[in-house]
Amino acid sequence: MDLLTPELGLFVWTLLAFLIVFVILRKFAWKPILKALHERETGIADSIAAAERVKKEMGAMQAENERIMMEARAERAQLLKEAKETRDSIINKAKEETKAITDKMVADAQQQIQQQKMAALTEVKNEIGKLAVEVAEKVIRKQLSTADSQNDYAKMLADEISMN
Amino acid sequence: MSLRRLFSFIVLTFALLSAPVFTYAQHEENHESASVAEGETAHAAHGEEKKGGFNASEVIFGHIGDSHYWHFFDVNDHPVSLSLPVIIYHPEKGLEVFSASKFHHGHESYNGYHLEHGMKEKIVSEDGAKIIDFSITKNVVSMIISVVLLLVIMLNVAKKYKKNGTMVAPTGFQNALEPVLTFVRDEVAKPNLGKKYMRYMPLLLTVFFFIWINNLLGLLPGGANFTGNIAVTACLAIVSFLVMIFSGNKHFWGHLFNPPGVPLGVKFLLVPIEIISLFIKPIALMIRLFANILAGHIVILSVISMIFIFAGLSKVAGWGFVPVSMAFTIFMFFLELLVAAIQAFIFTNLTAVFIGQAVEEGHDHDHVHEEYHAHNPETGQDYNVSKQEIIA
Repeated sequence: MDLLTPELGLFVWTLLAFLIVFVILRKFAWKPILKALHERETGIADSIAAAERVKKEMGAMQAENERIMMEARAERAQLLKEAKETRDSIINKAKEETKAITDKMVADAQQQIQQQKMAALTEVKNEIGKLAVEVAEKVIRKQLSTADSQNDYAKMLADEISMN
Repeated sequence: MSLRRLFSFIVLTFALLSAPVFTYAQHEENHESASVAEGETAHAAHGEEKKGGFNASEVIFGHIGDSHYWHFFDVNDHPVSLSLPVIIYHPEKGLEVFSASKFHHGHESYNGYHLEHGMKEKIVSEDGAKIIDFSITKNVVSMIISVVLLLVIMLNVAKKYKKNGTMVAPTGFQNALEPVLTFVRDEVAKPNLGKKYMRYMPLLLTVFFFIWINNLLGLLPGGANFTGNIAVTACLAIVSFLVMIFSGNKHFWGHLFNPPGVPLGVKFLLVPIEIISLFIKPIALMIRLFANILAGHIVILSVISMIFIFAGLSKVAGWGFVPVSMAFTIFMFFLELLVAAIQAFIFTNLTAVFIGQAVEEGHDHDHVHEEYHAHNPETGQDYNVSKQEIIA
């Protein structure tokens, strides 16, 4: 039974030591350690939440990027198409204009040619008329150079008139 | 949670059941060894004429009891030991301080005091006065060493936390301790104490590490049997008891002295039981730690002593028993390493459970009450704990 009777001395020393250890550790060890642990845990939880949020945002951003890319691609295709169309239309227009101009030039040339031809023909006709009149004058002059011939001619003319 | 409770309960039950078995076996052992060493009662420490005799019970009880010397070993029947300071309070002569070497290992008296060797080493005043012995005994020295170790370790770890900041991964000793700290917080404090757990964390951590480090130091060869001393466990139990009493709320005291919903006749029966159970709690804490550590020390020492007992019979038997004894001792050391941590945990956990009951709020209670009613409609709240106590 000796073992079961506590000694007062050891009891007092133990109590003293325990209380001292408790007070010192509470102030200088447990409180800072528990605080640090708590802070770290909340920090980690926050970081995880933040990472999750960032991941979500990144996902959203990626979707947005994808969308923008798609739009850009569509726009590019549209632009290309339009450019092609514009080019074609410009070429066509140019072709048409060129044709119109050439046509006009051809028409003008033909008209000029015609005019000049007509002018040349008129001149030739006039020349021929003049020559004929001159020839006739000369012939007549020769025939009517004597008085008898003139009388004969007058008489013939008068006959012709009286016959009428 | 209930699984874990169950597990700790089973461990506890085994520990408590095995302790008396071991101590019982040890008593048998002692009787045998006593008969073996019959006629050769003198002990080596006394330096008397003695060859080949070995008194196991004296060796064992010499170790597990407290002492005013730190005895290491004997060389040629002369003890090699450290004499520790003796501090005595005499009701008439007052306080006296001197070295235990003055007693010359109990052979001489000094200043009217002499050393008495019973089951325990005791200083007795020759004038018959009732003196109080505040000596720095072996246990006190061991405790001081452990306290210094504890302070150095914990303050260094705390410094590391401060230095590294909070978001740096723990390293070294800090890393080793952190799981233990979080274990005490998450498995002991939070489930038992609820929202108010932070208030009791310093106490629980101090109790846990104080018991653990002392259990471990006690396992070192030549170490003291500090936590296997009833004065120590009584002190720790009283601390937990006082904390429990002073943190008890109105709800707790109300249920203790005037359990609601109980017929008047039953109240007369129930209230004394409740009050007794209140005091049984710290007593159970005290006995449990004391018995477990004491039993472990006794078993290890007696297994080693068996070598010398057999050697007393014949040299061959002594050497022959060495492997058996060593194997069993090694096994026991591993077991005791486990027990050192488990007992620290159980003490802390039960302290948390008791405080948790004292600070429990009313609305939680209804649910708990129903649960216990399933087992026993009469005892109510304390049933779960008192079951452990019954076994203890």
